[in-house]
Amino acid sequence: MSAYFAKKAAWAIATLIAASLFIFIALEIVPGDPAQVMLGVNATDEAVAALRQSLGLNKPVAERYLSWIGGMLQGDFGKSYTYSVPVSELVSARITISLPLALIALALSTLIALPVGLYAASRRGSIADTAIMALTQIGIAIPNFWFALLLVYVFSIWLRIFPAGGFPGWSDGFIPAFKALLLPAIALALPQAAILSRVTRSALLETMGEDYIRTARAKGLSKRATLWKHALRNALIPVLTILGLQFAYLLAGTIIIENVFYLPGLGRLVFKAISLRDLIVVESVVMMLVATIILINLIVDLAYLWVDPRLRNREG
Amino acid sequence: MHSFLSRALRNRSFFIGLIITLFIVFIAALSFLWTPYGIDDQQITTVGLQKPSLTYWLGTDNLGRDLFSRVMVGARNSIAVAVVAVAIGIGIGVPLGCWAAARRGFLDELLMRGNDVIFAFPALLSAVIITAIFGPGAINAIIAIGIFNIPVFARLSRGAALSLWTRDFIMAARAAGKSSARITIEHIIPNMANLLIVQATIAFALGIIQEAGLAYVGLGTQPPFPSWGRMLSEAQTMMALAPHLAIVPGLAIVITVLGLNLLGDGLRDVLDPRLSRKRD
Amino acid sequence: MRSLTKFALAALLSTAIIPSVIADKAMAAKKSLIMGMVLEPPHLDPTAGAPAAIDEVVYANLFEGLTRIGSKGQVMPALAESWAISADGKSYTFTLRKGVRFHDGTSFDAHDVKFSLDRARAEGSTNAQKALFGGIDSVNVTDANTVVVQLKAPAGNFLFNMGWGDAVIVAPESAEGNKAKPIGTGPFKFGTWVKGATVTLVKNDAYWGKAAALDKATFRFISDPAAALSSMLAGDVDAFANFPAPETIPQLRADPRFKVVIGSTEGETILSTNNSKPPFNDVRVRRAIAHTLDRQAIIDGAMFGLGTPIGTHFAPHHPAYVDLLGKYPLNIEAGKKLMAEAGFPNGFKATIKLPPPSYARRGGEIIAAQLRKIGIDLQIIPVEWGVWVPEVFKATDYDLTIVSHTEPMDIGIYGRDKYYFNYKSDAFKATMKKLNATTGEKARYELMGEAQRIITNDAVNGYLFQLAKAGVWNAKLNGLWENSPVQANDLTGVSWND
Repeated sequence: MSAYFAKKAAWAIATLIAASLFIFIALEIVPGDPAQVMLGVNATDEAVAALRQSLGLNKPVAERYLSWIGGMLQGDFGKSYTYSVPVSELVSARITISLPLALIALALSTLIALPVGLYAASRRGSIADTAIMALTQIGIAIPNFWFALLLVYVFSIWLRIFPAGGFPGWSDGFIPAFKALLLPAIALALPQAAILSRVTRSALLETMGEDYIRTARAKGLSKRATLWKHALRNALIPVLTILGLQFAYLLAGTIIIENVFYLPGLGRLVFKAISLRDLIVVESVVMMLVATIILINLIVDLAYLWVDPRLRNREG
Repeated sequence: MHSFLSRALRNRSFFIGLIITLFIVFIAALSFLWTPYGIDDQQITTVGLQKPSLTYWLGTDNLGRDLFSRVMVGARNSIAVAVVAVAIGIGIGVPLGCWAAARRGFLDELLMRGNDVIFAFPALLSAVIITAIFGPGAINAIIAIGIFNIPVFARLSRGAALSLWTRDFIMAARAAGKSSARITIEHIIPNMANLLIVQATIAFALGIIQEAGLAYVGLGTQPPFPSWGRMLSEAQTMMALAPHLAIVPGLAIVITVLGLNLLGDGLRDVLDPRLSRKRD
Repeated sequence: MRSLTKFALAALLSTAIIPSVIADKAMAAKKSLIMGMVLEPPHLDPTAGAPAAIDEVVYANLFEGLTRIGSKGQVMPALAESWAISADGKSYTFTLRKGVRFHDGTSFDAHDVKFSLDRARAEGSTNAQKALFGGIDSVNVTDANTVVVQLKAPAGNFLFNMGWGDAVIVAPESAEGNKAKPIGTGPFKFGTWVKGATVTLVKNDAYWGKAAALDKATFRFISDPAAALSSMLAGDVDAFANFPAPETIPQLRADPRFKVVIGSTEGETILSTNNSKPPFNDVRVRRAIAHTLDRQAIIDGAMFGLGTPIGTHFAPHHPAYVDLLGKYPLNIEAGKKLMAEAGFPNGFKATIKLPPPSYARRGGEIIAAQLRKIGIDLQIIPVEWGVWVPEVFKATDYDLTIVSHTEPMDIGIYGRDKYYFNYKSDAFKATMKKLNATTGEKARYELMGEAQRIITNDAVNGYLFQLAKAGVWNAKLNGLWENSPVQANDLTGVSWND
């Protein structure tokens, strides 16, 4: 068990290092000059050169890579070129939007998907099941940004009961902030919920076909009781996998939705930083996201062990 | 073959999906030969922002261009980008996956961890960075989407190949002295074709959504060539003025993706008798 | 029927979650304002940066100068209660207001004025408009409430210059921190800045003058036109001084909730052409382009009718403007003929690099379609400002681009040796030289007209339209500026009707 964990963790660290190299090299070759962008069209060449110097852009590549990595290891993510504040400060402000958004979306999609999937599985083959499966097919096919546009049109422009975009900040009270996040969360959650419902349903059906479930049924346990007691727990493995993947996806995948709703979250931060060539912000935020995804994958791996004891012996 | 077709056509998902997909492909192919109007025939002052009518079946956009013609060519664009992106995924991912499965050991581990690195990057964000480096455009959108298809196919083909390598007929081939490469080409890949076809359909559908997303944020196909995603973003501010501009391309995406997903599901049922037997 | 369903749906939904919010909106609306702005300022110190977004937040609201500019461009007293000008016009004696305090509680007096002006004109000063202070010879404190500014030469616009945002008075105690936490003397003080989202100003209860009617003013940064529209329609933003989505103006105008005011800006929007790059170095090619540009279609298609066509690089509202629209009438055949004469009967391929604003992106798509008619096949390359500035503006690595030149009276750029048009004309330079040496207004206007004729004759760039400014605000709001003689969102007189 601990050897298994150690191996997984070692690979995670190797992945992180490789990823950091990728990010750094990619942004090295992005055309455009942050100093020039900051100073605007009327800046003299001397001023641009001076700013490049003070931003440390003239140092050798290897030195800048090492100081970036070294800084991050000590919790220093660098200082934004455009805002001249520490990246960590920007991120901690933005994460209070992106994280709740991803969590609300995840909660919504789970709350919708599990009961729907369970219901469809228990009524397998019925009209309700067929209808649900057809609906989930459509749900998967809807691009979340288009769904977001439709939501804005109906709830913000037409009914005017939800804000169309922007974020009032948590300091103005919970309700306005929550309301600002609700439409984007719904837009994000719907396609995810559709996928998750299907996964839940088929995972349940799959486990219902397994031998031990048949044995339980043969022993006289009712179909419903079997579903609840045995099948659900085992069906959790694929569901957990998808949940883990979805969370990572939601955290990073908010970029378009944050654009539609003009939420100042992490996605927008990176998007804007790319266009302003605020490279240190891009590098550090992408790196944090990558680290989060790797961590989540690690946790999902460990969660498998918890859910399915059989795996403990297989890889150890 | 005959039994496959008759079984397939009895599968409802497959049937509906096939019809929709064929229809979209037909529209896209037709657009090479004929569209009601030129895709960039601007008549700004005369017929801007018309509602759907007999003259303009789906109305016109703000520059007076026929929306139906643009949706037709948009289909071609979506399909082209997604097909090539999937081809990149298969063309690089499958050989990698098979290679890893055939060689095992350190190489296998390294390749799979390389996949993990790519998987760890948020796809869309990385696509944005890629297009920032190379500039927005259809080709770069294809590359950005294609790169993220590689690990998907590599993982899938490795898994399938690993289980195939333990099968008796492969053992027999090996005993007959065939090289790993030859076994892979002659036995492994044909035997995982079903799996690949199903995955390709799914990746194709995803590619269409991703292309639309990139185009929506301004990083996909560039004007004057229409793309569904960009049509959506251009229509956004005109939703109250001309809702059809936002609804039509959105529906086009939904219908296409729906068709492909249904086709993929149907194919899985038909091609994987193990699963379909279980279901029935 | 439709409205009934709408009502029913709204009622249904509101019972669930909404009541608290409706109440909250109705009550908050009367004393606070949310102002939409397209660009976020990089920092909040107007004495240390050029971006207009800084002044648009802090001018008159947070910082004040000796004088200030009113809504019609007039000079008004601000921290200087009154002033006296010596007979030779070189000495200005300012009498300062008493009892003024900075937002941090420190008192304002003549030493702050001397500090601010000396700081702005000092060597190594980061003031973006250092030239405003170039004429100052010395600043002397007579007593706590009197300052004498000695000029090197008489300058008629000195009082106007002192009203610029770059000339506001700051305190030595807080000047260094003004970028992140600005401390001024205005009727509003700094509240919070959520980077990437909003800057909030709150009422300064200790203000020396007439207190602001608003308790709180929030500037919300929304660069996306679609988001701007939906936030306006949803009532999340009360006003936009310069609304970024012209296509929505008819809709907003038709909505009784809003007031729409169309004004002009100093922005000449042009199809900038690289005059040194073949085939654009051939005046016949440039004239062919000029004959092919359908300005009305561009204004209608890209700006939805907002904008005034221009035939040269000069603001149409300026008295020296010469109407040269007739110089190259829309004529495809004439364009084709010129192309053939230049040796391109079958046209050629070129690129057009488009920066992010919608006038450029949409305008570029329209111009590409228009130029195709004379055989010029343009590849559209959208670029971020971060790429546009170094590639197009600095390295002049481009064929065509579209950009709005927003500086007032900037025709002089055509005489610069290293400007991105790569235009070289001795005749133009001679005219500019003469203009700089001429003082009489009439003679100056004539020379300006001459300069306009030269560049139009050479068809240096494609002259498209003067950028319009569309102000949109809640019809219940009073006191917002309809024109912008200086870059500002002056909220001091803004209030809500009941």
